[in-house]
Amino acid sequence: MIKFLSNEWVKALCRELNQSEAYAQAAKNWEGDFYFIVEPGGPVEEPVIFYVDLWHGKCREAKIVADEREKQPAFRMSAPLSAWRKVIEKELDPIQGLLTRKLKLKGNMAMIMRNVKAAQELVNCCTLIPTEFPSE
Amino acid sequence: MWFFASPEIVFGEDALSYLSEIEGKRALIVTDENMVRLGFVDKVIGHLKEAGIEARVFAEVEHDPSLETAKRGAQAALDYGPDWIVGLGGGSSMDAAKAVWVLYERPDLEPDEISPIETLGLRRKARLITIPTTSGTGAEATWAIVLTDTEARRKLGLGSRENVADIAIVDPALATTMPPQLTADTGMDALTHAIEGYTCTWHNDFSDGLCLKAVKLVFDYLPRAYEKGDPEAREKMHNAACIAGLGFGNALAALAHSLGHSLGAVFHVPHGRAVGLFLPYTIEFSVRGGKTRYAEIARFLGLPAGSEEEGAASLVTAIRGLLKKLNQPSTIGELGISPDEFEAELPKLVENAENDSCTVTSTRIPSTEEFERLFRYAYEGRNIDF
Repeated sequence: MIKFLSNEWVKALCRELNQSEAYAQAAKNWEGDFYFIVEPGGPVEEPVIFYVDLWHGKCREAKIVADEREKQPAFRMSAPLSAWRKVIEKELDPIQGLLTRKLKLKGNMAMIMRNVKAAQELVNCCTLIPTEFPSE
Repeated sequence: MWFFASPEIVFGEDALSYLSEIEGKRALIVTDENMVRLGFVDKVIGHLKEAGIEARVFAEVEHDPSLETAKRGAQAALDYGPDWIVGLGGGSSMDAAKAVWVLYERPDLEPDEISPIETLGLRRKARLITIPTTSGTGAEATWAIVLTDTEARRKLGLGSRENVADIAIVDPALATTMPPQLTADTGMDALTHAIEGYTCTWHNDFSDGLCLKAVKLVFDYLPRAYEKGDPEAREKMHNAACIAGLGFGNALAALAHSLGHSLGAVFHVPHGRAVGLFLPYTIEFSVRGGKTRYAEIARFLGLPAGSEEEGAASLVTAIRGLLKKLNQPSTIGELGISPDEFEAELPKLVENAENDSCTVTSTRIPSTEEFERLFRYAYEGRNIDF
C-alpha cells in the first residue's frame, strides 16, 4: 500500500498515467499542468499540494510541492481529503464534484469539459494505485 | 448534495398573454427569422407593449447556434440595455438567448467560459423569459446551453444553474404550426430526454417522476400530434417536452445524446432525429452493463418487464415502433450519409462522443472501440450484441 499524502503516491500516479494506453489516447491533445490540493481538515494539518504536469497524454513531472508559489499551473483543483477519497474510490464523479463545488477548480473549465474522457481515464489511473488513506 | 432548478412555468391556453403582466422597460427578443415570418414575434411584442415594455429583435439565431452568434446577440443587448431577454423559438433560440443573457451581464466572459463552477452574478441587468415554439428540447426549463464551435465541428455543453430562465411560457398555440417532420424530430428529443434523465447516473428522486410522466405523455400523444396535429395532442406534447426538460435538466442525459451530439455536429442532422435514432442502440448497449432501470420505465408504460433485460427489450421495441409510426430513420444509413462519408468521419464521430459530457453520466461507458462499433451498428441497423 502507498500512503496517499506522499511523494511516492503522486509518482505512482505518474507511472500509471504513462503506462496507460487509454489515458495516452484520451489525453493526446491535452496541454496543462495541475495542482491537486488537499485542503486542511481532520488528519490533514497543512494543505498538501500535488503537482502533476500533463502533456499530450503523458505525465512529465509529478511531485509534492511545499510552497504553492513554486509553480504556476494552468489548473488548481482543491478539496478536503474526504472528497478526494470519494473521487479516487469512484464514489464521486469529478465532474459532479465540480458542479456541486465539492471540488473547487481554478482554471478553464471549458477545456476540461472538452476533455471529459481524459479526466475519466486520469481517475481510472488513480484507482489502480493501492492507496492507504489517513484515518479521518 | 444536488439541486433542483426550475423557472416559474406558465402553461396552457393563452399562456403567452402573461407577458402583458410583467414589469419592465425594455426587452430584447432573441429568435430566428422564421419566428418573425410566422408572426410570433409580433404577438410577443404586442403583449409586451400592453405591459408598457418596448422591444427590439435579434433574429439572427441559426440552427445549432454558434459561439459567434451568441457574441453578436450579446453585443445587441449591450447596445440596447434591456431588462428582459426573451428567448423565442426552438432550442436553438432559447439556448442562444441564455448565452446572450449571460454575456450581456458578464461581457468579460467568452461564451465557452459559461460554466457551473463560476459564480456568474446574473440578474443585475436583466432577467430571462423562455418561450418554446417546438415541443422537444425542453430548453425553456433547463440551464444547459448548447452552442456549436464551428471551427472544431463539435457542440459544446455549457451553462450554469444561475442561467435557468425566470419564467417559461409554455403556450400550446405556438406549437400548432410545426410541420409533421419537426413534430417527429422534436418529439423524439423529448422522449430521449425523459428516458435518459431517468436512467443516467445522475438521476434523482426529484427528477424521476417528471421523466416517467414525460415518457408516457410522448408515447400516448406524439403519434397523434404527428399524424393529425390535433390540439389536445399538441398541448400534451408541449407539456411533455417541458416536463422532460425539467426532469433531465435536473439529472442529465446519457449515451444517445453523446452519439447524437457528435453526429449532429459532423453531419448536421437535426438534434431530435439524431438522439432518437441512437436511443434503441444505446439502451441495448447499456443494459448489457447492468445498473440500468429500463424495466421500471417499461412497467410504467404497461410493457412486459419481468426482468431488466426483458424491460429493456420491450422499451426498445416500443421506441422502434414509434420511430416507424413517425417515419423517422432508424439507421445512420437512412439519413442519406454514404458509406464513404461515414467512414471518413468515423474517427471524428468517436472522438466527439468520447468527450461529450453526457458520456460520463452513462451507466456503461464505452471504450473507443465500442464507440466505433456503436456507430457502425447504428449505421447498418444491427442490434447491439456486445
